[in-house]
Amino acid sequence: MYAVRLWSTRHARGLERFYRLFESALVRLHGIASAIGYTRLERPVAVVERAVKGFLFDCQMCGQCVLSSTGMSCPMNCPKNLRNGPCGGVRGDGRCEVKPDMRCVWVEAYDGSLRIPGGLKAMQALQHAADRRLQGTSSWLRVAREKAAELKRIAP
Amino acid sequence: MIFEDEPVPGYPLPILPGHTSPGRLERVLRAGVFAVTAELAPPDSADPEDVYRRARVFDGYVDAINATDGSGANCHMSSLAVCALLTRMGYAPVMQISCRDRNRIAIQGDILGGAAMGVCNMLCLTGDGVQVGDHPQAKPVFDLDCISLLTIARTLRDEHHFESGRKITFAPRVFLGAAENPSVPPYEWRAQRLAKKVAAGAQLIQTQYCYDTVLLKDFMRRVEDLDLIGQAFILIGVGPLRSAKAAEWMRTHVPGMHIPDAIIKRLAGAEDQAREGRNVCIELIQECRGIVGVSGVHVMAYRQEESVAEAIDRSGVLAGRVPWFPERDRSQPLNRATQ
Repeated sequence: MYAVRLWSTRHARGLERFYRLFESALVRLHGIASAIGYTRLERPVAVVERAVKGFLFDCQMCGQCVLSSTGMSCPMNCPKNLRNGPCGGVRGDGRCEVKPDMRCVWVEAYDGSLRIPGGLKAMQALQHAADRRLQGTSSWLRVAREKAAELKRIAP
Repeated sequence: MIFEDEPVPGYPLPILPGHTSPGRLERVLRAGVFAVTAELAPPDSADPEDVYRRARVFDGYVDAINATDGSGANCHMSSLAVCALLTRMGYAPVMQISCRDRNRIAIQGDILGGAAMGVCNMLCLTGDGVQVGDHPQAKPVFDLDCISLLTIARTLRDEHHFESGRKITFAPRVFLGAAENPSVPPYEWRAQRLAKKVAAGAQLIQTQYCYDTVLLKDFMRRVEDLDLIGQAFILIGVGPLRSAKAAEWMRTHVPGMHIPDAIIKRLAGAEDQAREGRNVCIELIQECRGIVGVSGVHVMAYRQEESVAEAIDRSGVLAGRVPWFPERDRSQPLNRATQ
C-alpha cells in the first residue's frame, strides 16, 4: 500500500535495526532450517515474506532484497526497475516520470538512507544486474543460507 | 588539432598508452582541449544518405556525434546502424545504448557488434519510459539499469567475458560514457550518483540540458569535492530553444527537462525568439567553459541541427581549432582565424 510504503521510508532507521536482529535470528536458525530442508521451507516462507514485505514496502519479491541500501524504499517499484539510483527523468517536485502520482522511489530512498546510520554509504554500493531467476523466491532464506555458509567458512 | 597518425577514414587510430579506445573523441579529451559533441537524431528512414546529410551539418564543429537510441521512446533507425554508417566516413560516433528496449543478451551483442564496426564510444543510458513515446503500448524491458550496463560493458572490455562469465576472444576497445542530470531531484545526491557511475566504469559524462547554471555550478562543486574531476570527462548538455512556447512545452513534456522561468521570460520578451534562444545557448556554452571540471559541451538541437555550427562558432570555444570531418584535410586551411 502506497501510504504504508511512505511510512516505511520515514521509519527506515527502526525498520533497518529490526531487520538486523531478524536476520541474525534467521542465521541462528540455519541448523533447524537445513534439517527441515530449505527447498521444503521455500514455499511457506515466501508466502509470509510476500505478505509482510508486500504490506510494508509494496515488495515485488525480486528475491535479492537490497532494502538496507535503499533506505527501505523498494527499487523494484521503480517503473524502470532501477537498482542503482534514480534516472534523469525525476520531476522537479520529486515525482516519478512514468507514474506522476507516485513519488520517485529513489527520492524516497535518499530520504530513507539519510535516516539509517551509514545509509548513504550503503546506497553507493554498486548493485549488479538483477538475477531474474530469483523472482518470487524468498530473499530471507537465501540470506540466511548464504550468511550461515559464510560464517562456517570463516570459523568452521 | 591534427593527429600525425590520422588514418584513412574508416580505420581506427592507434591506441595511445593510457587510452582505452582507438577513437578520436578520447584523443581530443585526453589532450585537454575543450571538446564539442552534438546529437544526431536518427532518421525515420532506411536511407543511409539521410544519416550522412544529418551528420554533415556538424562538419568542422564537433569532435563526436551522438546517435540516440530511440530517444523519447520514439522509434527511429537504430543507434548501432547510424554509428556503423558514420564510422564508414571516418566520423567519431557515440553510440547511445538504452536499457529500455533490449535485455542483456541483445545489448552485449550490440556492444561487440558496434566495436567491430569501429564504434569507439558508447554511452550507457537508462532510457525514457515508453509512455512518452510513439509506442506507449510497447513492453518496457529495463533488464539492466545504466550502472549495471556500465559494469557489464567494462567487464567485456577489461576482463574479456560476458556477464555470464563466458570468454570473448577479442575485447571491444571502447570509451565508456554515461549521462547525468544535475537539474532534477535528489539534487544533493546527483554528484554521488556520478561517483557511482565512475566507479562502474564511466569515463565520459554527457549531461542533460543544463539551463539552470546555479544548479549546475552547485553540482560541479560537489563533483569537485568528491574528487571526480580527472576521473571522468564531463560535457555539459546545452541547446537552443526555439521559442518561449516551445520551452514551456519541453519542460512539461520532456522527461528530466528543467528550464528556469527567467529563461522563458527572456525568450517571451524577445523580438526574434529563435535568435534569443540561440543567444542563450551561446552564453551557456561560454559559461560552461569557465566552470572548473567541465571538459566540453554536448549540443542537443533537435530539429535545429543546422544552427549548431553557428552557435559553436559564435561561442568561440573551439579557439580556432577545426575538428576532423571527411573533407577537412583536403579542402580547408588547417586553422580557422581566432576571433
